[in-house]
Amino acid sequence: MLIYAIRRILLAIPVMGVVALVVFGLLYITPGDPALVIAGDQATPEQIARIHVSLGLDQPPYIRFGTWIGQVLRGDLGTSISSNQTVAHMIDQRLEPTITLLLLAVLLSVAVGVPFGVAAAWKKGKTADRALSVFTTAGFSIPVFVAGYALAFLFASTLHWLPVQGYAPLSEGLWPCLRSLILPAVTLSLVYAAVIGRVTRAAMLEVLGQDYIRTARAKGVGPVAVLFRHALKNAAVPVVTIIGIGIATLFGATVVTESVFAIPGLGRLTVDAILHRDYPVIQGMVLLSSAIYVLINLAVDLLYTVVDPRISY
Amino acid sequence: MPGDTAMNATVPGFAARVVVRRSGRSSAMFRFIRRNPEIAWGGFLLLVVAFLAVAAPLLGTVDPRAISTADRLKPPSAEHWFGTDMLGRDLYSRVLYGGRISLSIGVSAAALSAFLGSVIGLLAAFGAFMDAVVMRIMDGIMSIPAILLSIALMAVAGPSVENIILAITIVEAPRVARLIRGVVLSLRSQPYVDAAIAAGSSMPRIVVRHLLPGIVGPLTVQATFVWAMAMILEAALSFIGAGTPPSTPSWGNIMSDGKALWQVKPFLIFIPAGFLSVTLLAVNLLGDGLRDLLDPRLSKRI
Repeated sequence: MLIYAIRRILLAIPVMGVVALVVFGLLYITPGDPALVIAGDQATPEQIARIHVSLGLDQPPYIRFGTWIGQVLRGDLGTSISSNQTVAHMIDQRLEPTITLLLLAVLLSVAVGVPFGVAAAWKKGKTADRALSVFTTAGFSIPVFVAGYALAFLFASTLHWLPVQGYAPLSEGLWPCLRSLILPAVTLSLVYAAVIGRVTRAAMLEVLGQDYIRTARAKGVGPVAVLFRHALKNAAVPVVTIIGIGIATLFGATVVTESVFAIPGLGRLTVDAILHRDYPVIQGMVLLSSAIYVLINLAVDLLYTVVDPRISY
Repeated sequence: MPGDTAMNATVPGFAARVVVRRSGRSSAMFRFIRRNPEIAWGGFLLLVVAFLAVAAPLLGTVDPRAISTADRLKPPSAEHWFGTDMLGRDLYSRVLYGGRISLSIGVSAAALSAFLGSVIGLLAAFGAFMDAVVMRIMDGIMSIPAILLSIALMAVAGPSVENIILAITIVEAPRVARLIRGVVLSLRSQPYVDAAIAAGSSMPRIVVRHLLPGIVGPLTVQATFVWAMAMILEAALSFIGAGTPPSTPSWGNIMSDGKALWQVKPFLIFIPAGFLSVTLLAVNLLGDGLRDLLDPRLSKRI
């Protein structure tokens, strides 16, 4: 187990290395002066000269890459062009809203998606199954931000049940914070819950056809116990996998969702960075998101042994 | 042929046979539609949207860029079917012309990703070294959420339609490559490929004659889904200001223009959003139908 964990971590290193190389290399494969790309069109010659020095453009690329990697590994993601703060500090400041939103969205999606998938598999071809099918097709056809506007229009602008936009930090109390995050979390959950539902359904269908399920039914175990105690446990591996992969996708989707609901989180930071052409911030966000992806995948792989004791490494 | 009509007239049996054949063909088409309702619906909706986009100049549109300060934010009316935006531009014309940009970005990105992904996937499937190196790179690219990678690409490349297509291709091609690599690896272990190798077929011949036909199905299906992804990505990028330049109307761009005023004038967002969603629904239906038709082994998309 420990050896497997170490091997998995070692395998993740080249993936992260590629990400770092892509993020670093992007600035240099584009034609023209990278300092000009960073500084934007309205930059003064002094600004450009300063960026030249800070990027170390007088040195060969591999030395620059080495220096940069060294800084990143020490947690130094560079300095923002537009605010002169360090990128790490800016990310740190914006972490709370995004993490709370993500947690809420994951909880909601799992709470809706898994029972939905179980019901669809149990009554295959019946109402629940058809509803899941419609739900999935709709989820894939309505972009996140469109769904966000539709929900905000209905529940906030028209019915006035929930705030339209903005974020109440946790320090103002749990309920105001939750209230401000319900609509964005539901928005994020739509596609994610549908995907979890589909995977749960497929995994359950496979398990429900097996002999031990028939045995359990025959000895008089009720349907709820059969579905959740006997079947779901054995269908858990693909479900856990998709929940893990989904968290990384959700992280990307927050960029657009936070922009719709004016939540001052990491997504908002990214969008502001685009408007200010603040490349170091975008670089930091890409590195952070892929690190999250790699870490979650690692955690999911290690979770398999807990979820399914038959798997051992 | 000139003699045919005469023959039809003089030989009754021949004419009857022709009629039977014709009704056989049209009933075959009906059977196809009945058995593949998803392809029929998806194709029909796509044709409608594509027609609106291509025939935009003939459908009572005006210049989508024409600014008219006197007509700002008019609600939908007989003169402006979908109303006007904050610069007084006709929303109906903008949505129809925007469809041209959104659709062509989707199709081009899907075609390019399918091509590039197949080449990379084939190369990876044939060389152990290529496989190790190339697939690690693909894993790295796929570990970055699609939207963030395309944001980074657009940030260095600058906003233009060509750059969006390239950015989406870079984001999506690795997913195609992984699929094609898997398909080729499983096809290559089939006995008929071993037989071809034993019979002395050359490598290019094996690829073209024995492997490509097996790739076409999964690739077509995947390309449709990339098409849908590309249109979502374009809309999202334009929406947050990293997509098509402001002068070019695309569905994402029109929504981005409308987002400041969406609470007062919701139609500025919901009309282009409706067009985008109907198109996405059509592409997804087409993809689902094609998968059932071309690739029955694949399970339902998750």
